[in-house]
Amino acid sequence: MEAQYIYIGLAAVFGLFMAWGIGANDVANAMATSVGSKALTIKQAILVAAVFEFLGAVLAGGAVTSTIRKGIVDAELFSGSPELLIYGMLASLLAAGTWLLIASRNGWPVSTTHSIVGAIVGFAAVGIGIDAVQWEQIGTIVISWVVSPFTSGFIAFLIYLSVQKLILHHADPLAQAKRYVPIYIFFAALTITLVTILKGLKHVGLDLSLQDSYWLAIGIAACVAVIGAIFISRIKSDPKAEKSQHFYTVERVFAVLMIITACGMAFAHGSNDVANAIGPLAAVIGIATTGTVAAKSALPIWVLVIGGVGIVIGLATYGRHVIATVGEKITQLTPSRGFAAELAAATTIVIASGTGIPISTTHTLVGAVLGVGLARGIDAIDLRVVSRIMVSWVVTIPAGALLSITFFFLFKAILP
Amino acid sequence: MANMLANIFGTSPVRPLEKHVEIAFRCAKKLRPFFAAAVKGKWDVAASIRDEIEQLEHDADDLKKEIRLNLPKSLFMPVPRQDLLELLLVQDKIANRTKDVSGLVIGRKMRIPAEIAAEFVEFVDRNIDAAKQARKSVRELDELFTAGFRGAEVELVAGLIEELDRIETDTDEKQASLRAALFKIEKSLDPIDAMFMYQVIELTGEIADMAERVGRRLELLLSH
Repeated sequence: MEAQYIYIGLAAVFGLFMAWGIGANDVANAMATSVGSKALTIKQAILVAAVFEFLGAVLAGGAVTSTIRKGIVDAELFSGSPELLIYGMLASLLAAGTWLLIASRNGWPVSTTHSIVGAIVGFAAVGIGIDAVQWEQIGTIVISWVVSPFTSGFIAFLIYLSVQKLILHHADPLAQAKRYVPIYIFFAALTITLVTILKGLKHVGLDLSLQDSYWLAIGIAACVAVIGAIFISRIKSDPKAEKSQHFYTVERVFAVLMIITACGMAFAHGSNDVANAIGPLAAVIGIATTGTVAAKSALPIWVLVIGGVGIVIGLATYGRHVIATVGEKITQLTPSRGFAAELAAATTIVIASGTGIPISTTHTLVGAVLGVGLARGIDAIDLRVVSRIMVSWVVTIPAGALLSITFFFLFKAILP
Repeated sequence: MANMLANIFGTSPVRPLEKHVEIAFRCAKKLRPFFAAAVKGKWDVAASIRDEIEQLEHDADDLKKEIRLNLPKSLFMPVPRQDLLELLLVQDKIANRTKDVSGLVIGRKMRIPAEIAAEFVEFVDRNIDAAKQARKSVRELDELFTAGFRGAEVELVAGLIEELDRIETDTDEKQASLRAALFKIEKSLDPIDAMFMYQVIELTGEIADMAERVGRRLELLLSH
């Protein structure tokens, strides 16, 4: 009996640590785009992140949580010795959290998803045996890691191309922006609400028909767009800061849109990445309380709270510095470009979340930024840095695996 | 902490290029008070303006080096890096020519002959106009980058460059008529002074030439 509480306690602490790492690294990177383009202040960004990460995790995060929890290792193999799975999940949490800490210290934008998947595969393959890993599922996940940056890059490219055609190339871009930005707001809000309603509301007990879901999403998106349009109509051009083309004011119009996409980004991140911390935690709790691996227990709400609280603490303690550093440097990502990148990334992520595939927010966002760059949207992208980032992505998987293997044997030796 | 995500974005050359052309223009503009002093033979005033010119030329040089250092080959930009570097180079030459011509005049304490003084001052002014128009054109660079080098903004800049060309043609005509005027009175001048006077006119005229080349470089960017 005693041992169970130790397991759950340790899992909660490690889960909190991992969530802290997610807040310090991942969320900070995701929110920095909004701060860099001056659409939000750091405080506002943290507030938006706290609220929407949490909503994303609760409303749309279920499928990914269950993939992390039981999609990667074959739990059947552990039925004889469930404590091994507990050690492994504990080791994975600690390993991924540690790797995130190292990465945050060095400014590497690594993927929390890669860290945890690498860690789980590591302990399972080495600690138990190659067969313990559900390689088919891993194959899908790895392919999604390659596909997701390309997808978001392509979407970002198209979105930004439309911005150029409809607004920036026009003789009066300000009038065009005021006309079209509310439409972009509508689509941004529609994507997020639609995924939430289709994937999320069942968890909270609301079951709508498909048609009702669409109408509800359209209704909510239209409300958001109208509110946005009201704010936009109040924006007056400032002749002092202005040149002939009014791009300065055009960017202020886009800044309204970027507040919406920042919320969407945080929501999308919550729906996908919070699972990385609470998935293993939920697995440990499930096994420890029932004593079997086949447990199909519901996710206790306090587990979600730990995920949410950890992320907010990570953001507030360490992430805010990351936001400040990144935000200061990415001034090239003005709202007209930043929203395209964020909307593309958020769309890609929420769709992946809906199908339960854990993809990397960081990769998706970097892919989106490059997509905007390909549409001639960014003054200068340093390809050397891009290739170094890709190296850090690749290194993350073996790093997570090695750390978790080490912790696994350590726990096996010392824990009851 | 060097955050990699932040460093994806290289240092944008746009604002520095605009700042550089600003310095080059301010340098060229100094020729107006410089020659005003030189025509009147106030060499102490001219010398102090000459110091300012040298300082500005030096500032332009420093900025040029800094921009080059921040433009490594690994940058991916909407326009070729080489075209931006060449734009920078011709911008810098506006300041260089200004320094050359003021150096020559101050070194030999050259008096501009009274017969052509008025026409010469007008010629200098027109060259400064050309540099000013070059500045106005390059200052659109940030808007061009925002618009992705397409659409209405491109038309606008093309119009500015056309005006720049007109100003440059005007300086050419003024230069020809100034040389003719100098030819008429050259026998009355000291032969060496006359020779160098031709050179001063030539060097001054190159300021507008460089300004025009700034326009040509910008035009190349527009066609991307």
